[in-house]
Amino acid sequence: MSVPALVDHLFRHEAGRMTATLARILGPGHIEMIEDVVQEALLAALGRWPRDGVPANPTAWLVQVAKHRALDVLRRERLAEERETWIRAAIEAWGDRDTHGVLDDPMILDDQLRMIFICSHPAIPADARVTLTLKLAGGFGVSEIARAFLAEEPAIHQRLVRAKRRIREEGLTFEMPAGPELGERLESVLEVLYAMFTEGHTAHAGDALLRRDVCEEALRLGSLLLRHHDLARPAVHALMALFHLHAARFDTRVGSEGDLVLLAEQDRSCWDREHIAAGVRHLERSATGDELTRYHREAELAACHTLAPTWADTNWSRIVELYDELLKGTQSPVVALNRAVAVAEVAGPSEGLRVLEALAGQSILSRYMPYEAAMGDMLRRLDRHEEARVHFSRALERAGSLPVRRFLERRVRECSAAASQRPVESRGIRPSRA
Amino acid sequence: MSKFMLILYERPADFASVTPEEMQRIIEEYNAWGRGLAERGKLGPSMKLKDEGGKHIAGKGAAVVRDGPYAEASEVIGGFYTIEARNYDDAISIAGECPHLKYAGRIEVREVDF
Repeated sequence: MSVPALVDHLFRHEAGRMTATLARILGPGHIEMIEDVVQEALLAALGRWPRDGVPANPTAWLVQVAKHRALDVLRRERLAEERETWIRAAIEAWGDRDTHGVLDDPMILDDQLRMIFICSHPAIPADARVTLTLKLAGGFGVSEIARAFLAEEPAIHQRLVRAKRRIREEGLTFEMPAGPELGERLESVLEVLYAMFTEGHTAHAGDALLRRDVCEEALRLGSLLLRHHDLARPAVHALMALFHLHAARFDTRVGSEGDLVLLAEQDRSCWDREHIAAGVRHLERSATGDELTRYHREAELAACHTLAPTWADTNWSRIVELYDELLKGTQSPVVALNRAVAVAEVAGPSEGLRVLEALAGQSILSRYMPYEAAMGDMLRRLDRHEEARVHFSRALERAGSLPVRRFLERRVRECSAAASQRPVESRGIRPSRA
Repeated sequence: MSKFMLILYERPADFASVTPEEMQRIIEEYNAWGRGLAERGKLGPSMKLKDEGGKHIAGKGAAVVRDGPYAEASEVIGGFYTIEARNYDDAISIAGECPHLKYAGRIEVREVDF
C-alpha cells in the first residue's frame, strides 16, 4: 500500500477537468453521458485504491480509466464512420501529451476555460449558472451544492437538468468566443464567479465548510482565467483582488462558539497574510488598463477594510466615495445601505440614520434583514433603545442562520435592558456593525 | 501470528451517487486504516474483484457455468484483505476498525489454514 496522501480536492478537480475534455471530444450536448463516464472512472478508483494503494500518478490513472469507459460508450453509440474515427483518435490522444503533468497541458486548461464559458453562457438561465459551473467545472455534487446553499437536492437537480437541456437545445458549441464577443462573454463569466463567491461568502446559512469550498472554487476558476493570455484582463485581476481580500477574513468572522463576529470586533492579527498579499498584488495589476469596473471599486473597498489597522482607523471617507461611485453604476439599494453605514462612521449615527430613513421606501429593503439591523444599530448608538429594539426584532424575524439569530437576540436583550433602565447618558457600549 | 482473510461484502449500488469529494474522503479513510497496518507489518496482499463479468461453475463432469454475481445484486464479494493477527479476537478488532463497515456493508473474517 503506497503512502502518499491525495492532493486536496483532487477528485473534485479531476472530475471538472475530465468532464471538460470529454465535452470537447464528444460535444457538450452529451453532457449527461460524459458525467456518467467520469463518475464511473472515479468509482473505479474508489474500488481499487483502498486495496491496491494510491497509484503513483492518480491523475493519469483516472484519465486512463475514463478513456476506456469513453471508448466503450463510443462502441455502443452508432455514429457516422468519419465522426467515430475522429472521436476515437481524440479520446486516444487524451492525456498522452503529458501524462505526468496533465495540469500543465495547455489543451486541458483550454478545455476547462471553454467549460467555464459555456456554463455562464447567456442562453443558460441566469439562476442556474452558478450551480452549473460548480457541478460541471468544479466537480461539486448535487448534495454538496444543496448543503452549501441550504437548498433542497431535488431543486438543485432540476435546475441542472434544465440547464443541461438548454445546452442541448440551443446547440451550444464548445468553442471559445473570439473578438468583441470574448469581452461580452467574459463579463458574464465574471458575474457568475462573483455570484459564486458572494453566495459562499455572505450567506450565513448552509454548511460552513462547503461554503468556504465554494469561495475557493471561485478563486480557482478565476486563477484559470488569468492563465490565458487573452483573459488576463484588469477586470479579472480586480475580481481576484476582491476575492482574496474577503477570503483573508474568513477565519475571524465566526467566534469559537460559532457566534457571528462583526468586522469591528474581529482580531485583525488573525487575518490571512497570504490572501492579503495576493489581493494587493491583483489590485495593482488591475490598475494597468483604462478599464474601471465595479469589481475595481469593490476590491478597493475590501482593501480599505482589510488594510486598515483598526475599525476606527479605516478610511471611511474614501469608502463613502467608492459607494457613491458604485451607486452611479447600479442604483442598488443594498449598496446604498452599505453606504449609509459608512456615512455614520464619517458623520455620526444621526447622519447615518437620516440616510437609512431616506431609503425606507425601497421595496427590496422592506424585507431585508441587514437593513433592519443597521436601523437598529444607528438608533442604539443614539440611545433610542426602545426603537432600536423594534428594528432588531424585525431583523430577527428575517434572519436565517443561527449565528446571525444569536447575535440579533443578544442585541434585542441589550436594548430591552437599556430601555428599561432609561439611562440619562449611555457610556461604554462601543458601536459596532456587521 | 496467524493469517486472516477479511472478505468484504458490499452493495455496489450504494456508491452510485457519491460525490467526487466524498469518494476521495472515503479512499483516504481506507488508506489510513491500511497504512496503520502496513506500518506494523500486518497487512498482506489485498485485492479488489471486478464488479461485472463473474461466473459460477457447478456440477460434476459437465460443469454448468452461469453468469453472476451481477453488480446490481444486493450484495457481492467486492474484494479481500489479508492481515496478520494473534488470534480471532485480534483479527476482529482490526477488521472492526475498517471503514468498510461504515460505508459498504459487512466483513467475513476467516483464519487462513496452513
